[in-house]
Amino acid sequence: MEIAQPILRKPMATNGTPAIYPNGSTNGSGYTSKDFTSDQDVRWCPGCGDYSILKQVQTIMPEIGIKKENIVFVAGIGCSSRFPYYMDCYGVHGIHGRATAIASGIKATRPELSVWVVTGDGDGLSIGGNHTIHLLRRNLDINVLLFNNEIYGLTKGQYSPTSPVGKIAKSTPYGSVDHPFNPIALALGAEGTFVARSLDRDPKHLKEILKRAHQHKGTSFTEIYQNCNIFNDGAFFTYTEKESKPEEALFVEQGKPLVFGKNQSKGIKLDGFKPTIVDLTNGANSVNDLWVHDEHDTVKANILARFFDDPQLEGHLPRPFGIFYSYNRKCYEDSLMEQITSIKSQKGEGDLDKLIAGKQTWEIK
Amino acid sequence: MTTTEVLKEVVIRFAGDSGDGMQLTGNQFTNTSALMGNDLGTFPDFPAEIRAPQGTLAGVSGFQLHFGSVEIFTPGDICDVLVSMNAAALKVNLRHLKKGGTIIVNTDGFDAKNLKLAQIPENQNPLEDGSLSDFRLYKINVTKITRECLADSGLSTRDIDRSKNMFVLGFLYWMYNRPMENTIDYIQKKFSSKDKALADANIKALKSGWNYGETTETFTTRYEVHAANIEPGIYRNIMGNEATAIGLITAAKKAGLRLFLGSYPITPASDILHELSKHKNFDVITYQAEDEIAAICSAIGASFAGNLGVTTSSGPGVALKSEAIGLGVMLEIPLVICNVQRGGPSTGLPTKTEQADLLQAVYGRNGECPVAVIAANSPSDCFSTVIEACRISIEHMTPVMFLSDGYIANGAEPWKFPSSSKIPDIKVKFTTEKNKDDKFLPYLRDEKLSRPWTIPGTPGLEHRIGGLEKQHETGNVNYEPENHEFMVKLRQEKIDRIADYVPLQKIESGKEKGKLLVLGWGSTYGTIKTAVKELINDGIEVSHAHIRYLNPFPKNLGEILYNFEKVLIPEINNGQLIKIIRDKFLVPAKGFNKIQGLPFTVTEMKEKIMVEIGK
Repeated sequence: MEIAQPILRKPMATNGTPAIYPNGSTNGSGYTSKDFTSDQDVRWCPGCGDYSILKQVQTIMPEIGIKKENIVFVAGIGCSSRFPYYMDCYGVHGIHGRATAIASGIKATRPELSVWVVTGDGDGLSIGGNHTIHLLRRNLDINVLLFNNEIYGLTKGQYSPTSPVGKIAKSTPYGSVDHPFNPIALALGAEGTFVARSLDRDPKHLKEILKRAHQHKGTSFTEIYQNCNIFNDGAFFTYTEKESKPEEALFVEQGKPLVFGKNQSKGIKLDGFKPTIVDLTNGANSVNDLWVHDEHDTVKANILARFFDDPQLEGHLPRPFGIFYSYNRKCYEDSLMEQITSIKSQKGEGDLDKLIAGKQTWEIK
Repeated sequence: MTTTEVLKEVVIRFAGDSGDGMQLTGNQFTNTSALMGNDLGTFPDFPAEIRAPQGTLAGVSGFQLHFGSVEIFTPGDICDVLVSMNAAALKVNLRHLKKGGTIIVNTDGFDAKNLKLAQIPENQNPLEDGSLSDFRLYKINVTKITRECLADSGLSTRDIDRSKNMFVLGFLYWMYNRPMENTIDYIQKKFSSKDKALADANIKALKSGWNYGETTETFTTRYEVHAANIEPGIYRNIMGNEATAIGLITAAKKAGLRLFLGSYPITPASDILHELSKHKNFDVITYQAEDEIAAICSAIGASFAGNLGVTTSSGPGVALKSEAIGLGVMLEIPLVICNVQRGGPSTGLPTKTEQADLLQAVYGRNGECPVAVIAANSPSDCFSTVIEACRISIEHMTPVMFLSDGYIANGAEPWKFPSSSKIPDIKVKFTTEKNKDDKFLPYLRDEKLSRPWTIPGTPGLEHRIGGLEKQHETGNVNYEPENHEFMVKLRQEKIDRIADYVPLQKIESGKEKGKLLVLGWGSTYGTIKTAVKELINDGIEVSHAHIRYLNPFPKNLGEILYNFEKVLIPEINNGQLIKIIRDKFLVPAKGFNKIQGLPFTVTEMKEKIMVEIGK
């Protein structure tokens, strides 16, 4: 099969000079974020959190240094799933919940492509929940960005599988009685090898997580808290607005103690398997006593994933953001290609005439 | 003194408990007969349960073989010989035996326990009470004799009992003058050297079955079925699902594409997945998805990425895939959906055959959603028909539904297979250049109305496709009323135009014009062909046409229909092709329908034709 081979591009930016990035180096791809902006009008509601996520994705694309003809964005149905139309690379806008399945067929057959899935809490956890967990289990090298806005936006405001109990929405005028998913715990339970959470309203954090998600070899699952300003405005303000963010959001970083609060005044200590909040100002505890984040520790990742209390509850733990877990496990497509290579070396390249003739033939004269 | 009688054709049905190895016995007899040059057709009759309780009616497994020195197109209506390993097998299968036919029973399978399991009233035993007086009954203590013959084998009774099918096979080889070498060779290859005792036991049981026929004076007649006068050449035996699998590999090779199968196990289609998974050295990827929807969606992804994406299933699975087939129609990429039909609706009759998914194939999706539909008519025909499905799919950039069914999927026949060099290439062109001035239009059309296949990795042609309505040529999302109507008609016209690229409909048997045309599709081929040929030989004026291309129909189909006073459409459903034919051609076609999970018999086909002829 003749597959068009990518042509190496010369560094190119809109002003004709190589792009320079904050670290001072050119990234080598020669792209700027504008190169990833398609000619389609973006049709999300003004003020939607999706705009910020789109911008951060378009911003990191030049930095990851992959030619845009080798990038594919796949989506299902929902507001977030319009994403591929706005990215100037290859894209498929599929059917509801099935982006992960379509992406699996692309990645399994073309491992050299950089494949991204954009999905939402309805698309990826409700109608497509099954495909999401199976992708995580198989561990194809695909980046899943799950925009969680805890509501169905495109269908105009029904509760979603991540909406909290009691959510009043179009289909639950008396409040939802459904217990919601904890997406991070679900991804860990499905043996995801890279599980992270970020926010639409923290561009710097989101960009770092997106870059790490791309670097991870295997399925990356990034839950992005995204504000739907029409049907669920402020669902995550507790974690994004400056009044409450310091006390309620816990940003975890590899090798660093779990510190949060105004003036970094609080920390998380692990008492056996029980996390407790400690005060770092009264002299009873120091930073050295705290839980140090290790994203390779599966037990700790699972405890961290359970920091999922209702922020209204007395004594609740802060909500973690960052990389909960990352682990290198062999990718499906690598095992698949290795198996084909190994069988070819054992049996030799398939002989079509032998295949058609089968094991036993006879001649009629 | 034994005499030898020459027969033109024989139908044998092997029946026993699921654990009795009747499928193996039948297959061995089939292979040996094929090697002797007989023409043949076979059909297995499995129970739906994997291992229903031993000795029960639900646990009966059968295998029917039709072989002869004449041309054979079916596994046979009713059998001449019924082998019954136990009371349940006799009870279930007696209705398949012709009057005066031969019954060979294992008397050890008719003890009180087996009779009770077969729900035969107490104090009754068909072997003793004269109820089988219309048949020639041969009683053999198969279990007992096999145990005696293998007493010093050192094997457990359980292992010894598993050789009793070989005793029966050996006896039938004697009865029909067949050599044992092929089976002996098979047994030796099947068991590894550490299981030599098992191999020896099976061979010994086989030989003692033969010797039993030779030395017991009960059997005075042996039969001879000479080689058939079939076209010279190299042949193999082939089952439908296997033919579909190797056809898919052949098509991918002929197109220079990698074959990607996304599939979820379902009866009776799983054997295609099993077969393809063996052939990784042909660059085949088999992806056992988490469900039917993921199976087809992964195939869509693979196709988008430049592979031949295929999914295989049966009716319930195809129902789940229908939204994704619609996506394939909108994306306009190659996609082959194989439906090995079974009895429906819902879970229906998983192991039985039916042709009831034709309307699902042609119409069963939301919106105006045409796909090409093509059906195989026999086990070996699955090979060339599925290649044709792939050709249409690739050259016309469209999903194609390939229909097979349980009857041909599991049935087998000798096949004079082609050399791969005789199979034409499938043209694939990946677009690598801008196609309109300095622009790339992903939905620009060629003379077939198909759009360019442009795969990721192609610089400068980055584009997005999806399930939302497309603007003509640009492929951009578009909701304009006129554009939608235009696109719906264009997608229909694209499918209709496939008729310009497929062969004209042929008359299979009989004249081009006349009183009655029997119009079939799919697996009824063998039965209609046999019935019509026999009637023509008897001087009856009747013709047969069999449709392979069901959507679109061949361009001359209407013309053929209008040349007959009457059209009879036999189908294993409640009347589906007939609806389409009446709709498209306004002919007063008559249906002939059977919905029992079973194929038509030649006898009932001939009777129906005679009624329609008015004789």
